[in-house]
Amino acid sequence: MTDAPLPIASPRRPNLSRRRARRRAAERRFRWYGMAAIGFALLVLVVLIGGIVRTGYGAFLATEIGIDVAFEAETIDPAGTRAPATLSDANYRTVLRKALAGAFPQVTAQRDQQALMGMLSSSADFRLRGMVLDNPSVIGTTQRVWLKASADIDTLRKADDIAVATTAGAGALQLLADGATVTLRAGPGAFTGLFADLAARRPDAVTNGRATLGSHLPGYMVETADGGLLRLTSFTANEATGDILLAPEAAPAQWFTLIVSPPEGDRRIDDRELAWYRALDAQGRVRTVFNTTLFTSADSREPELAGVRGAVVGSLLTLVICLLLSFPLGVMAAVYLEEFAPKNRWTDLIEVNINNLAAVPSIVFGLLGLAVLLGFFGMPRSAPFAGGTVLALMTLPTIIIAARAALGAVPPSIREAAMGMGASPLQTVLHHVMPLALPGILTGTIIGMARALGETAPLLMIGMVAFIVDVPGGFTDPATVLPVQIYLWADAPERAFVEKTSAAILVLLAFLVVMNLAAVILRRRFERRW
Amino acid sequence: MSIRTLTLATLATIALTGAAAARDQIRIVGSSTVFPFSTAVAEAFGKAGKFKTPVVEATGSGGGIKLFCAGVGVEHPDITNSSRRIKAIEVEDCKKNGADITEVKVGFDGIVLANAKTAQPMKLTLAQVFLALAKRVPVDGKLAANPYKKWGDVDPSLPNRKIEVLGPPPTSGTRDAFAEIAMEGGCGKAVGAKEADLTGSKCHAIREDGAYIEAGENDNLIVQKLIANPGAVGVFGFSFLYQNADKLQGATVDGTAPTFEAIADGKYPLSRSLYFYVKKQHVGVIPGLHGFIAEFTNDRAWGPDGYLAAKGLIPLPNKERGEVAGQANNLAPLRM
Repeated sequence: MTDAPLPIASPRRPNLSRRRARRRAAERRFRWYGMAAIGFALLVLVVLIGGIVRTGYGAFLATEIGIDVAFEAETIDPAGTRAPATLSDANYRTVLRKALAGAFPQVTAQRDQQALMGMLSSSADFRLRGMVLDNPSVIGTTQRVWLKASADIDTLRKADDIAVATTAGAGALQLLADGATVTLRAGPGAFTGLFADLAARRPDAVTNGRATLGSHLPGYMVETADGGLLRLTSFTANEATGDILLAPEAAPAQWFTLIVSPPEGDRRIDDRELAWYRALDAQGRVRTVFNTTLFTSADSREPELAGVRGAVVGSLLTLVICLLLSFPLGVMAAVYLEEFAPKNRWTDLIEVNINNLAAVPSIVFGLLGLAVLLGFFGMPRSAPFAGGTVLALMTLPTIIIAARAALGAVPPSIREAAMGMGASPLQTVLHHVMPLALPGILTGTIIGMARALGETAPLLMIGMVAFIVDVPGGFTDPATVLPVQIYLWADAPERAFVEKTSAAILVLLAFLVVMNLAAVILRRRFERRW
Repeated sequence: MSIRTLTLATLATIALTGAAAARDQIRIVGSSTVFPFSTAVAEAFGKAGKFKTPVVEATGSGGGIKLFCAGVGVEHPDITNSSRRIKAIEVEDCKKNGADITEVKVGFDGIVLANAKTAQPMKLTLAQVFLALAKRVPVDGKLAANPYKKWGDVDPSLPNRKIEVLGPPPTSGTRDAFAEIAMEGGCGKAVGAKEADLTGSKCHAIREDGAYIEAGENDNLIVQKLIANPGAVGVFGFSFLYQNADKLQGATVDGTAPTFEAIADGKYPLSRSLYFYVKKQHVGVIPGLHGFIAEFTNDRAWGPDGYLAAKGLIPLPNKERGEVAGQANNLAPLRM
């Protein structure tokens, strides 16, 4: 091109500047549309991830209850041999029951004690056994042990959705106990506040100036300064009767009225458990810690004991098999098709088929795996080996297509120069073309692997959608993978699995982000442009 | 990594696979309704520390029985869970492949219709459930596409709300049971159904005009959807209602509320029995199989105060429990 000025028609057309303004406006609009599209996508992403984080962050925290446990030699090791078999078989539930009885001496009925045990995770006795086995010298001592709380208590602490309104009570409170029920008196009008509250909320609960309570109504309680707690069953403005949840002193110095909502019937935790929890919390014996169990244990039916370790290890084992099979095969196929194969009808047919294969629904690969790998080759069910093989079949076309594109992007001049220097075709490909194409091939492989990491459908058929408690130790052990774990938890009836599901999704997302980041870094680092 | 290492590694893993022929772990397949209970027993059994924790797969009742009856040997599962009784044709299949089986009835499951606690509780009859959900209903003595849009159209005593039911898809065992017990049962009681030649399995068809929404099987999402949409009613297993009793309320059916007791004594009409089947040839070969049966049929597990009741399983009556446990532990052969 020359630098001669463009011939401009003169005199200027009068509407030229208007048209230019319109063109520029169109351009601005177009950009604005693009930005709006990206903005919308980002917004959706933020909403999605935000939602997952909001439900899931709780799973990274766990509630623990501190109990003073007396490791009595009479219960654990009466003979004093300290033999591991004796220590292992000892009844640690008894130890735990005694420890809880020590914390709540008022709770004597067998059923209540069982409910009390229910506040701790069912693994608590295994924890005590582990402590004794690790260090037999704890026998004979009393120690404060922080034990995992049950899922219901954990949810209660995290959700914090039980509102307790506290008001100081006026006058000296008199308690007249008659068996399990107590009559409360504290001068005229002592319960006017409570009465007004109930009458405003549920006028149907009041007849003839007396309120009768039940589990469908908010809880009305009286707490004394020494930690006693009474649940009112009926009251007037002047006097009340109630049940003892935690026994108070006969003449408490100070007292408070509590209004607990929602009603008992609308909660997972009943009034008694709530009373115990409040008492423990008031003594500083409830704490929230980082939930290491989520990362150190595999699946469990108890939400507080379930973790993703089994699934993470299973995913890794499966991906290793998938990579070992699909990467070499895929690259070899791509190199042959791109560099050596003659262009004829056969190679065209193969190419069409590879592209088709990339679009086959993944469940079909599962059926193939069931029929061929398990049925014909007799591979073990639920094993990462079979799963990895199925996923490798699924990933293969993706890798071949990416590798062919990467090889095709290497300019012919490289090949011509190598050939010109006397390199054989094999040397040309291995020494010159492959190193330049490798970043692209690896990027394609990682993206293929990331897809394989998120698959559940093909694994359903070969038995990897299963409840597996043991962390897999090898390629033939039964294992499950992260997306399957998410699916199983989403299906579990226990409420606490909702947050676990979201937490597992976060772990899976973290995996995917790391893998895709690796793909981006590889491309940035090694990719050559011509 | 050179190509040689890759090949070696691949070969090594293949060699490893061949070595793992014997199995030291119980394998369980079958119903997703029994899955929460079976897994709880498996975990307790594994925690006792004598044997490995069994692997439990949720394949659905039919799929489980198919896998289970495919043959005898370590490559076939030892136990299958089922939310319905095994069919004669399936028993034939099992026999043909040489498998002798023992039946263990573990308890009951109720199918509940529930809505959010913020909404008005529903009082339904089976006939109303049928009329609200069937694809074709009798209208003036003739069969017609379901014309009811609101619960109030079905019966004036019901709330005047849009019929919006979230329930399991046709692939699910819960749906089969719902069709069999609720739809067929309601059909028998609905006025004019018999005259319009609507009996038996003809009543199973559920309307497809948007009033019944397939919303996954037993899924926490249903619970969340019901809470978000107080006008909707959900159909699912009792254990979901049990775990979410603070947010959901079960509709009474024919005057009975879906409670633990009502389902256990058979008053609540929508209940079914849950089973598992054991392959006798595997007992003694697969370590721990006998122990697993003993753990499941122990009162600590399936009793009224057992840990399965805490998961929402409705236990068998005391007498029947004793009988079933005796038969199960002696591996009594299946009697149809």
